[in-house]
Amino acid sequence: MTEPLLKARGLVKRYGRVTALDHCDFDLMPGEILAVIGDNGAGKSSLIKALSGAVVPDAGEVWLDGRKVRFTAPTQGREAGIETVYQTLAMSPALSIADNIFMGREIRRPGIMGSVFRMLDRPAMEKFAREKLSELGLMTIQNINQAVETLSGGQRQGVAVARAAAFGSRVIILDEPTAALGVKESRRVLDLIQDVRARGIPIILISHNMPHVFEVADRVHVHRLGRRHCVIDPKDYTMSDAVAFMTGAKEPPEALLSA
Amino acid sequence: MTDNPTTATADRVAEFDQGRKGFVHQVQHRLHVTPALVPLIVLVGSIAVFGALLGNKFFSPFALTLILQQVQIVGIVGAAQALVILTAGIDLSVGAIMVLSSVIMGQFTFRYGLPVEVAVVSGLAIGTAIGAFNGWLVSAMKLPPFIVTLGMWQIVLAANFLYSANETIRSQEIASEAPLLQIFGTTFKIGGAVFTVGAIFMIVLTLILAYVLRHTAWGRHVYAVGDDPEAAELSGVNVRATLISVYALSGLICAFAGWALIGRIGSVSPTSGQLANIDSITAVVIGGISLFGGRGSIMGMLFGAVIVGVFSLGLRLMGADAQWTYLLIGVLIIFAVAIDQWIRKVSA
Ligand SMILES: Nc1ncnc2c1ncn2[C@@H]1O[C@H](COP(=O)(O)OP(=O)(O)OP(=O)(O)O)[C@@H](O)[C@H]1O
Ligand SMILES: [Mg+2]
Repeated sequence: MTEPLLKARGLVKRYGRVTALDHCDFDLMPGEILAVIGDNGAGKSSLIKALSGAVVPDAGEVWLDGRKVRFTAPTQGREAGIETVYQTLAMSPALSIADNIFMGREIRRPGIMGSVFRMLDRPAMEKFAREKLSELGLMTIQNINQAVETLSGGQRQGVAVARAAAFGSRVIILDEPTAALGVKESRRVLDLIQDVRARGIPIILISHNMPHVFEVADRVHVHRLGRRHCVIDPKDYTMSDAVAFMTGAKEPPEALLSA
Repeated sequence: MTDNPTTATADRVAEFDQGRKGFVHQVQHRLHVTPALVPLIVLVGSIAVFGALLGNKFFSPFALTLILQQVQIVGIVGAAQALVILTAGIDLSVGAIMVLSSVIMGQFTFRYGLPVEVAVVSGLAIGTAIGAFNGWLVSAMKLPPFIVTLGMWQIVLAANFLYSANETIRSQEIASEAPLLQIFGTTFKIGGAVFTVGAIFMIVLTLILAYVLRHTAWGRHVYAVGDDPEAAELSGVNVRATLISVYALSGLICAFAGWALIGRIGSVSPTSGQLANIDSITAVVIGGISLFGGRGSIMGMLFGAVIVGVFSLGLRLMGADAQWTYLLIGVLIIFAVAIDQWIRKVSA
């Protein structure tokens, strides 16, 4: 049996009296697209933050590629190759698109301009950023030096997805990446997800959009009340089954229950 | 028909409105991209007005470089303040750090007989350490910058008086035994213009910081942290290290200001520089740097400091009551903040 690329057991995260994660388990197989669905407030974002290092869980363990990891900052998850598009997008509004895409991993000029004077290689960064945005079909963005706050919500989301897709080397996590996107842009993101998978990189996709989930996901992790309720194969169940499991209207068969 | 003219007027008004909106919007956008533009315009405008009113008395290389000399301390401390304010913080302890550093440089030389170079380095190191401690309290202990630096202001100022025993080191003594302490006061003339090392230092420091903030990763991180610290953290910035480095650098710059202060007033005086914190905040705000962090340019701060200098000298040469300077500066501060709010609306 293949080992999960990213695995978690017994994750607990409390915010005061709210328990966002209640002994939650998680498995991501190599090369798969795993959708995570669940009601608002079920704890999906808390789960992926615990995986990426954005929050430190109160209890529980995480393994990446069979090795136990304990990230205490998002930079550590990133260094391990986990790239995340957070629901809040995590961008600096006053800075440019290129600056945002390269935040925390800036490229410096070659030669002494870079090594001594620490000068950023803006032309290289801008060229790269422009390429990644056109891959996503975000050609409506005219100026790569535009401040992110002057972009529409959908364009911002596109930039965040481009950033993750460009740098993720082990795992890419997308927390509702299409929520603000139009039909055409959503399609691009779904295509991009397939492209990334074709590169062999597994993806965690959080979404409330069932048609999207059922179109791209290999497996669906149903999150309920802070824990993994069940994992279903989208070929065996319908969207309404999934929603029923998610809301608790229907109990999944014993065999699927993970507890 | 009486109808026609009205319609025509209405049409024209509408047209005019649209044209104006487009223009206003363009101005707004321009300022959004280049925030130092407003203070630059105000600076050039005020020099022009005072030049027209006062003629050569004001509009001479001598008077204009005199302004630079008069604002050098505020300009240097303002650079420190600008860095902190860009991170959405505030540093009320800048003046106190400056004075304590100058006292340490003086006392280490004269009380302990240390080589003056060692005394200077000690002053710079202690200034940096106090700044770093501010930064640690703000970033690791998560205390509000206003409170941290309000406390530090009192602590450092009291330490300064206790340590120096309120004793001034006289100018002649310094000049004969440790002239290095007064090096920032060295003047040189180019034509009628009189420059001091301190004034040049202020300008060079601002240019270096402008480069660093614009063209290095650290500079981008300073803006990102001031803009939205949570987003910065999630997108891979070490927020804590960035904040500590900003406050430490601010402390170092204040210590340099302390050194420059000795050059400016000649002596080492523990009671000098009491208004440096308010003056530096004034320069930063008039310079168009947002108190909410993440916006503005350090060149604006320099223009802001010089604007204050232009107003004080211009009004003094006109024989006006000094209160007029404060009144106009007050107006400028409110104007600058209003402009900042307006520019921020671009994003909305
Ligand atoms: N920083 C926080 N402070 C306090 N409570 C929080 C915090 N983050 C999350 N929570 C709480 O934890 C619970 C789970 O939140 P989480 O954001 O993980 O849900 P979600 O499944 O992502 O919801 P959505 O579909 O709305 O994005 C919620 O009750 C939320 O109020
Ligand atoms: Mg969420």
